[in-house]
Amino acid sequence: MRAQREGSQAVALTVARCRPEVVCAYPISPQTHIVEGLSAIVASGELAPCEFVNVESEFAALSVAIGASAAGARAYTATASQGLLFMAEALWNASGLGLPIVMTVANRAIGAPINIWNDHSDAMALRDCGWIQLYAQDNQEAADLHILAFRLAEQLSVPVMVCMDGFVLTHAVEEIDVADQELVDRYLPPYRPRQVLDPKAPITIGAMVGPEAFTEVRYLAHQTQRQALTVIPRLADEFATVFGRRSASLVSPYRTEDADLVVVALGSVLGTLAETIDELRDDGVRVGALGITTFRPFPTEAVRAALRDGQRVVALERAFSIGSGGVVSQDLRVALAGMDCPLSTVVAGLGGRPITRPSLRQLITQARSAPGDPTAGPQPLVFLDLDRDLLAHG
Amino acid sequence: MAVQRVKFYQTGSFAVGNRLLDPAMRSVQSDATRTNAITSGHRACRGCGEALGARYVLDAAMRATGGKLVTVNATGCLEVFSTPYPESAWQVAWLHSLFGNAPAVAAGVAAALRAKGRTDIRVIGQAGDGGTVDIGFGCLSGLFERDDDVLFVCYDNQGYMNTGVQRSGATPPAARTTTTPVEEQAPGNRFGQGKFVPFIAMAHEIPYVATATIADLRDLEAKVERAMQLRGARYLHVLVPCPLGWGTDASETIRIARLATECGLFPVFEAERGEVTDVNPIRHRVPVEEYLRRQVRYRHLFEPTRRDDLIARIQARADANILRFGLLDEKES
Amino acid sequence: MFQIRIHGRGGQGVVTAAELLSVAANAFGRHAQAFPSFGSERTGAPVVAFCRIDDRPIRLREPVLEPDAVIVQDSTLLRQIDVLGGLRPAGYLLVNTAATLDDLGLGGVVARLPPGHAVAVSATAIARTHVGRPVPNAALLGAFAALTELISIDSVAAAIATRFHGHLRDGNVTAARAAYEHVKGVRSGASAA
Repeated sequence: MRAQREGSQAVALTVARCRPEVVCAYPISPQTHIVEGLSAIVASGELAPCEFVNVESEFAALSVAIGASAAGARAYTATASQGLLFMAEALWNASGLGLPIVMTVANRAIGAPINIWNDHSDAMALRDCGWIQLYAQDNQEAADLHILAFRLAEQLSVPVMVCMDGFVLTHAVEEIDVADQELVDRYLPPYRPRQVLDPKAPITIGAMVGPEAFTEVRYLAHQTQRQALTVIPRLADEFATVFGRRSASLVSPYRTEDADLVVVALGSVLGTLAETIDELRDDGVRVGALGITTFRPFPTEAVRAALRDGQRVVALERAFSIGSGGVVSQDLRVALAGMDCPLSTVVAGLGGRPITRPSLRQLITQARSAPGDPTAGPQPLVFLDLDRDLLAHG
Repeated sequence: MAVQRVKFYQTGSFAVGNRLLDPAMRSVQSDATRTNAITSGHRACRGCGEALGARYVLDAAMRATGGKLVTVNATGCLEVFSTPYPESAWQVAWLHSLFGNAPAVAAGVAAALRAKGRTDIRVIGQAGDGGTVDIGFGCLSGLFERDDDVLFVCYDNQGYMNTGVQRSGATPPAARTTTTPVEEQAPGNRFGQGKFVPFIAMAHEIPYVATATIADLRDLEAKVERAMQLRGARYLHVLVPCPLGWGTDASETIRIARLATECGLFPVFEAERGEVTDVNPIRHRVPVEEYLRRQVRYRHLFEPTRRDDLIARIQARADANILRFGLLDEKES
Repeated sequence: MFQIRIHGRGGQGVVTAAELLSVAANAFGRHAQAFPSFGSERTGAPVVAFCRIDDRPIRLREPVLEPDAVIVQDSTLLRQIDVLGGLRPAGYLLVNTAATLDDLGLGGVVARLPPGHAVAVSATAIARTHVGRPVPNAALLGAFAALTELISIDSVAAAIATRFHGHLRDGNVTAARAAYEHVKGVRSGASAA
């Protein structure tokens, strides 16, 4: 049903329509409105059967989800920032055990210094934990991706994180079409676990694996996750058929065809970026954007297909690896190997600093003004809107 | 008519011969059709108290639940010696996740079973003392506070034996571990530290808390059976001596456990909703020295010079337990 | 696109006002986006919320830097923060006050804006009368409808009904209509003059 509603409420309603049987909740901004919404839906009896478990930490939240999923229940939780890091050990465990848990990450910076605002440091820090990571551009996509996430997770027996920008999306009120129950039921069949804790057919889950087989376990995990690169486009097509609207797939190009510069980004900044690109296009500037929706597994082929030789590429990073540089850039560099696409990295919007049209305009103009020779181009690592005065007084 | 009380003493152990009992009163382990929840061939050390305790607990639980049982295991010796891939000693549905999250994972299993209307299937979580009193303690308290329908069993061998005998929050004072070495100024683990989780469990006012040892296996089975008659969060703390970590002979494991109770250092009791309801009285009280001197981890109390001061402090702890729980029959006290 | 910035204090319903404005605009057939200035502010602290209204889906996620309208829920903020920052030359200013804009030292701003674009309304007093609580946000939304004619007063009433129930709904709707009529009166007086 279409209505003007908060992003968190749209996600809560959508998750409820995916009929999770166990929802675990621990509060952390800016994720909290989602589990508040789900607690109300469960308390009202609208979502049943469902056990809503208020736990004592994020570590416990994911651990309860692990137990529930291993016992054959569809399990969901949500977190952000420090909470995601507090779960770190259990994240690897959930993926290692092949438990198809779906979790919303309301992306937020990591302290110290403590900061409750949006960037992607949390999810990026856990990019290698074996979970599929999907990043929503807007709230419609954030809600829709959860339906696809449950289907994907359960089809591959791999857990999925749906990442949505904290506050910018979670607290934004806009028109969002929450999928009808009937359609969700048509798209998302009941959860049929690959294996389950059953006294009638007792199995051992979580055995100790030594050097003789550990590499093979990881190899298989990689192969399984990579299958998502073919499964996600199919599920996205089916989603469009059932729901009558297209939810993003692996990547989403915007006006890239004749662009001489393409900005690669994840999440809600793509909206402001599209507005900026339209303005610059009106001025005759040939610029485009490439949104990455599926960050894990990394859609190498889709990225290569979306770009062409001669295009300058700017990775707009909402997180970065201290001591190295851009995080997305590392994957892009591999994806662009052999292509004539000079890559530069811009770190932007850390800890909730707004990424505005004027800043993006300046960034794009500067990047384009550099000659084709990448060594003469923009600096390989730029911090957007860096306050030099503040540094001088630091 | 005069009644002659028949004593069933065998080798001085109070163990009773099953063949003399009515079949209904016989132990689970005496039953040829018992589950063997943790079956032979696992890789525990010889004389392992934990392996023995876990077998009795789970077989008793399987009988009490008619085989409808799911178990969740923390990381630790029990998990490592029982599941070397591709083998498994478990003949029950069994899940291992992490070291610190077994109570939460067990709570998740229970939540899933509730959601599925399968509350006929019961859940046991189990961990060593590290996974219970230290790294898993937050999750354990959460389980108690929510009163999740889980029996959580701690196999307490008073240290991190899996990683090579380091100190845990359950390591007793003066015990030598690899992280509480014996030096002149540091005679093993310090006094006044650590925690007794059965008391903390009682403070949550959960339906059932009990302690037991592998010296009284019928008592252990009875407590598991009692626990499975109840719903909600239940806690069973089982003392399981570790020959490796304690420096005892593998043949002495059960004797050591018995001495721990008979000297008063490990009180055996039951509590419901935060109140002690029953205690196992000490039948042959022994001084703590009887218990301590058989263990290499306490050797420094006796050699090269005898440390009467430290022995007295340990004896005082035992005496306090005896007083607190009323562990001595009136005629003996 | 029409962009609104609402200034107030924690507890005055600033975030709710922005949300209701977006709901009203949506009910009026427009696309709208509302969002708070994402802080961890406590009761009484300065709070900012934003609303965008457009005829096409809104993709922009930056804060409102150059508002077409500024709503000030608490006039004591005028001394503390630059509530008028970025206000467009043909923008609107709506201030909750029992005083006049001149009394608040806003005469210069009023003069710079087109006639009838700056209005004072005693929304707290209206709220006390009709709602029984000094929460001025609903009345200000009514005043905003009259000031900008961007949304109808009926859509404001409908938006209020999505959030409040019973006497709170009725009181807030009455307050919004009273403020609406008040501002309409002021504006027709201004245009007549």
